[in-house]
Amino acid sequence: MLGLPDHILVAAAGDSIESLPSSEASNKFGASFETPAGRKLVKPSDYMELISCMRPNLWASLADEVPAWVNEKRNKTSVERTLRWLDACLALDVAAGQNTLGVVVGGSSIEERKRCATEVSKRNVSGFWIGGFGLGENVEERCNLLNAVTDCLPSDKPRLVSRLGLPEEVLEGIASGIDLFDSTYIHQLTMGGFALIFPVDMVEREMQNGIFNDSAGDLTKINLRTTTYRKDTSRIVDSCSCFTCQNHTRAYLNHLLNVHEMLAQILLEIHNTHHYLHFFRSIREAIKIGEFDLFWKQFVENRRSQIAAAVM
Amino acid sequence: MALRFEVLGRFNRARAARLTLPHFTCQTPLFMPVGTQGTIKGLTTDQLEDIGCQIILGNTYHLELRPGSQLIDDLGGLHKFMNWKRALLTDSGGFQMVSLLHLADITEEGVTFQSPVDGKPMLLTPEESIHIQNNIGADIIMALDDVVKTTITGPRIEEAMYRTLRWIDRCISAHKKPDVQNLFGIVQGGLDPVLRDICVRGLVERKLPGYAIGGLAGGEDKDSFWRVVAQCTAGLPEDKPRYVMGVGYPLDIVVCSALGADMYDCVYPTRTARFGTALVPEGVLKLKQNAMATDERPIDPSCLCMVCKNYTRAYLHCLVTKDPMGSQLLSYHNLYFMMRLSRDLHMSILEGRFPEFVRGFLRVQFPKGDVPKWVLNAMEVAGIDISECCTPTK
Repeated sequence: MLGLPDHILVAAAGDSIESLPSSEASNKFGASFETPAGRKLVKPSDYMELISCMRPNLWASLADEVPAWVNEKRNKTSVERTLRWLDACLALDVAAGQNTLGVVVGGSSIEERKRCATEVSKRNVSGFWIGGFGLGENVEERCNLLNAVTDCLPSDKPRLVSRLGLPEEVLEGIASGIDLFDSTYIHQLTMGGFALIFPVDMVEREMQNGIFNDSAGDLTKINLRTTTYRKDTSRIVDSCSCFTCQNHTRAYLNHLLNVHEMLAQILLEIHNTHHYLHFFRSIREAIKIGEFDLFWKQFVENRRSQIAAAVM
Repeated sequence: MALRFEVLGRFNRARAARLTLPHFTCQTPLFMPVGTQGTIKGLTTDQLEDIGCQIILGNTYHLELRPGSQLIDDLGGLHKFMNWKRALLTDSGGFQMVSLLHLADITEEGVTFQSPVDGKPMLLTPEESIHIQNNIGADIIMALDDVVKTTITGPRIEEAMYRTLRWIDRCISAHKKPDVQNLFGIVQGGLDPVLRDICVRGLVERKLPGYAIGGLAGGEDKDSFWRVVAQCTAGLPEDKPRYVMGVGYPLDIVVCSALGADMYDCVYPTRTARFGTALVPEGVLKLKQNAMATDERPIDPSCLCMVCKNYTRAYLHCLVTKDPMGSQLLSYHNLYFMMRLSRDLHMSILEGRFPEFVRGFLRVQFPKGDVPKWVLNAMEVAGIDISECCTPTK
């Protein structure tokens, strides 16, 4: 139906743009979501009906995701419900877990995270969807919580974490053993008129270190709405092979954004997605040659100096 | 003069021609999509080429407002700015000012109006319009004309027609790049054949590279519309292109081509796409209708475009008016439809089967044979027998 037969489709209950989980309205029967059509309560049976119609390549079980600041009791309840609903979904699954990503929750409690991860691992799932992050938790804590989860998961099944999208967050996640990321980072950048320009590999970083850049941004991204770019006939990123950079200038994008033309978002999304995926490719290369830690360290240091330089 | 126009085939008044412009060699009859602000809503230049667009319109008024024609010139012209390698046409800016700005006032000097940006009074003269269009750099530029709605009657129409003739001389004098940009004159005169005739002759005397028929597509009845087109095409030189401005519906394009016109522009295909309407050989398909929700066919099974190859009506039904991708996909299909129509017109005239094409077209649009009377009348003048497409009158 979507016209993307060669792509993998992963389905999950919430949507970070349109249908956010509203945990205060969830109850023992189902999870609640704020959707464009109002608040909806989704039970495991409803959810599995949708899944059987959509036939995605992978699907995450229905979960009771809660933000980090809920009290202990609510957090425990969320783990219990999530496990119960996982079992309910699996019972209704014709493929008996072959395409299932078991959801791990547990908020900001190391204990609960471990408990949930251990329990989910016991089920017949083919991977894990780690939820409950990106909802306002403490960034320092997150690292410990992620590690607590991945320590309890089998190493031969993929792990996806949701709502972590900043390059630094991605690197932290990978260091903790995460394989897949889904987030609205690109979407939000595009909607704000931002284009990613941070150097994606070590070579580029060397090159950029020597260049003074008075772009109206922080050297990691530029805001193409600003008048700085009115007459800038350079590409967003000179070395980028995406359609937008191969065909269009910053000046043209600036114009499209100013006149509120749809093409602006289309072109920006193309570039941002391409650039971001290139970043992931660089990470894979670094891991393959055993230089991930070096890559991570250099990336973070470089970012800090770029941001500092922009602030001066 | 910066174009070549060679007629390659004919059927009575209809012609299939090759129009060679500085940036592209085109085949007429052709439809030109409107890319108001330097882009056609949501489509990339790549996609426009795939669709087969040959000439697209830029809007002088809007582009002068943002980003400004001077900036466009500084950056190498509109072609370079938007990276469109084929041909461009800009209109004079006059129509927008008259139709969009309620406080516009037309004098001999030009059109005075209130700037929408800061409310200050502004004046668009023939000289200024040509100057802006020279900056933008399109292959074809339009003279500033005194446009009057066809629904108006009285001495205003005559005044506007004569003024248009006086303004064309000012446009010609102001034009700095006649070797790379073609200035087209616009025939005015309302629905009055006498006035139209005077205007045609006046413009032809100036020996312009091409001519447009203006002042139509504004609410006049179809019977008057086709008659004005027929009269003008009869009076305009054979060896120069004729552009009917603001047309439009596929049926209108077929009729005007039969009467000897070559070029058309209209926002209709892209605008109607944004409201969820697709163009099909039978007429239109409204994707928002409930019946579409379960319809697994493509928009048009006979269409070879990317949209019809990949998406169903059911999916488009979900998207239209809710997600920008809906408008984008429908715009793509609708423009492909218009370019397919352009190709069909050119090839059928060239290959000597134009009347068959017209009959086939009408049969699909009017399966019950209820072809409108104005079409019958126009085809009679065009010398095309469409009697078999019409139910016999009792």
